Amino acid sequence: MQIYLPIAELPVNVLLVLVMGLAVGFISGMFGIGGGFLMTPLLIFIGINPAVAVASVASHVAASSFSGALNYWRRRALDVPLALMLLTGGLIGTTAGVWLFTLLRRLGQLDLTISLAYLILLCSVGGMMMVESVRAIMRARGGRPAEVRRPGSHLWIHGLPLKMRFKVSKIYVSVIPIWVIGFIIGFIGAIMGIGGGFLLVPALIYLIRVPTGVVIGTSMVLTLVTMTYATIIHAATNHLVDALLALILMIGGVIGAQFGARTGQRFSGEQLRLLLGLLVMMVGLRFAFDLVVQPHELFTVRSVEGQR
Amino acid sequence: MTARLLAVAIAVALSAPAQAERLITTLSTSRVLIYSNFTGADVVLFGSVERDAQTVARRGGYDIVVTVTGPREDTLTFRKERVFGIWVNADSRTFVKAPSYLTVLSNRTITDIADINTLRRTQTGLARTLLPQEISGDIADSIRDDPFRQAFLRLKVERNLYRETQNGVTFLTPALYRAAIPIPDNAPTGNYDVDVKLFADGALLARTQTALEVVKVGFEQVVANAARDYGLFYGLATALMALLTGWLASVVFRKD
Repeated sequence: MQIYLPIAELPVNVLLVLVMGLAVGFISGMFGIGGGFLMTPLLIFIGINPAVAVASVASHVAASSFSGALNYWRRRALDVPLALMLLTGGLIGTTAGVWLFTLLRRLGQLDLTISLAYLILLCSVGGMMMVESVRAIMRARGGRPAEVRRPGSHLWIHGLPLKMRFKVSKIYVSVIPIWVIGFIIGFIGAIMGIGGGFLLVPALIYLIRVPTGVVIGTSMVLTLVTMTYATIIHAATNHLVDALLALILMIGGVIGAQFGARTGQRFSGEQLRLLLGLLVMMVGLRFAFDLVVQPHELFTVRSVEGQR
Repeated sequence: MTARLLAVAIAVALSAPAQAERLITTLSTSRVLIYSNFTGADVVLFGSVERDAQTVARRGGYDIVVTVTGPREDTLTFRKERVFGIWVNADSRTFVKAPSYLTVLSNRTITDIADINTLRRTQTGLARTLLPQEISGDIADSIRDDPFRQAFLRLKVERNLYRETQNGVTFLTPALYRAAIPIPDNAPTGNYDVDVKLFADGALLARTQTALEVVKVGFEQVVANAARDYGLFYGLATALMALLTGWLASVVFRKD
């Protein structure tokens, strides 16, 4: 069943897009991430203009993270003050990222920047997560208790001023690293067209020592707000948000996310991080493959901005 | 040699001022409407060659070439090169006001219809269409085997936006012809120029122009217009739709 997308200006198979939404939604619900880093490449692969894909995925991520955040809210598994502190940095970062996005686009090097950013970020984050979670699983197998909180081994981050107590997370930490993390996530998210949950979750766990149970819900709040903000900004400045495409993706996404969240609860935190690390690594390697292997077609054609 | 030149001169003198043939064409529709179930369409062009009483029938018969040109836009073509082991867009050319859509339909192989100079002069066929490039401030058409030009044509053909069909025009009678202009599903919206050329014995005899329009209608048009004219409200509405979808899902799938 084909349907013509008004902004992307091409027909797509509704069922295909719905299944893509379901699959990415399942993964996003399972790991507590937005799934933008999977959805954007998938849409580009089926022939949708990259700019339209990035802009429309933002609203899809907003929908699935809202439904996810509500679930975590009901279980009281999110830290609202921590999320607000992250948002302070996040919104500034998103604005700065959109500015750089526009600049790079004018210079014609946006595609390369996006590919390299995906490659470096996904491979390093994926690799780190895999190594860490394998170690944690080995420790658990070896009979030793998993060291989730190590009060003695404070990072230098924990010596910074402007300390604040976050009751739900049971941490007492400076707000400076939280703002910085929020800024970086917002900044990277705007350039790469992703929510950044897969970066935020490990950053909060390893750097700020936020308990695993709270981290996903809190990260979803940040994703929700930055992606809602990104949808509005993209629509207002570039006119590239395809509401019809977004709606089909959302419907698939929110349904998939519900099943994903239930499946995710059957795994331990370490197993989930290992799986997510593998997934992130695979997408990263896919970008590496495209950059290193000689492409079948060396030329690309695209209309100059504003003429679309 | 002199005799041959003389013969050509006489032939030109006889045929040029007469304008004996006239082309009459009509399109099955002048508006291609894009609804939500649009998957491409064919616009049928009908026409006839009208001949006045003094003109005798051409021995070689008539040849028709239909050229349909979509809205023009500046188009960038990038070439990847290996830099430090990775493939990056190193070089690029801008094709200035290149047709976003171009279809050339003819009743037989174009190069058999007229000699290459006539075809070039009248820009008949994909290979002979002017595609000016901007090179360091200057705008000029490139040589035919320029790799950027060839890549541009190849990629456009791959996307079904450029097309050359050598049997795209059918003569129903010696004077009545028909051609189907394919409008692909990814056709850009806007005005399309339809140019019909009549050739006989290697010479351009007559030419006529008409136009068609590709427009979005109904829901598609409402959405596209809203996105363009009221970007902020459109964005707010899309964001609201996202939140509503997310909320609905969490209510529907609530466990308790």
